[in-house]
Amino acid sequence: MDEQTSFETVAPFLIFFVYALPVILMIGGLIIGSILESRHFASIRSREAATADYPAVPTRSWDETRAVAEVRLVASSVVVSLDYFKRILAGLRNIFGGRIRSYESLLDRAKREAILRLKESAPGFDIIVNLRVDTSNIASVHNRKKGIGGVEVLASGTAIRYERRKG
Amino acid sequence: MILTNIETVPGKRIVEHYGLVSGNTVRAKHVGRDIVAGLKNIVGGELKGYTELLDEARNESISRMVAQAEALGANAVVNIRFSTSAVSQGAAELYVYGTAVRVE
Repeated sequence: MDEQTSFETVAPFLIFFVYALPVILMIGGLIIGSILESRHFASIRSREAATADYPAVPTRSWDETRAVAEVRLVASSVVVSLDYFKRILAGLRNIFGGRIRSYESLLDRAKREAILRLKESAPGFDIIVNLRVDTSNIASVHNRKKGIGGVEVLASGTAIRYERRKG
Repeated sequence: MILTNIETVPGKRIVEHYGLVSGNTVRAKHVGRDIVAGLKNIVGGELKGYTELLDEARNESISRMVAQAEALGANAVVNIRFSTSAVSQGAAELYVYGTAVRVE
């Protein structure tokens, strides 16, 4: 009798941990994740507007009529991960094929953030040439399900500062 | 030491080539960072611990490459390329390579 009652009091908690917790984590992750994402996009937009006169271009040309004062290699990276909800959405997408919008926005903000960090790592320079953006998977190859999934976005380029014209 | 990822050094002339120089590091993330990253995986977004780790490792690779170039008597490294690869569970290799040159 005593054992019976103790089981009955514990059972709801067991059910909670087995079935409800993953759902709560998923929904909580979705809500917090999307709030953080929209905040991040707002910050990216304002910083992009602030550095609009400091171009980062993938071409290799610069203003050769001006004397170059300093050259520096710049590189910066951002590692992003996916939340549970997005991963499940992407898993569903794999069945039918097509665009996975949740991954697109994640990689988009990672790439823009990496380029902004590149500019912020070399303040006072005039232009970044030969901009390269590489994406690589740093998650474990063998244990994709259990391991922590991460994608690294690396931006690199050559920052050039021109000699200031006198007068 | 001047480093660039284009074929030349802007504003300078290359007078001598010394060939390929490279540097690598293999870094494993530690348990504490893995736990924080695991929690961060619930909401998604940037894993700052990993970003720091990779930046540190990349700077280490660059300084190894620079040391090699200095030993050859070069004063610049041009055409630098980066590559990142996951070599095993929880470890990443960062490889940096370029051409050591002398500029004037």
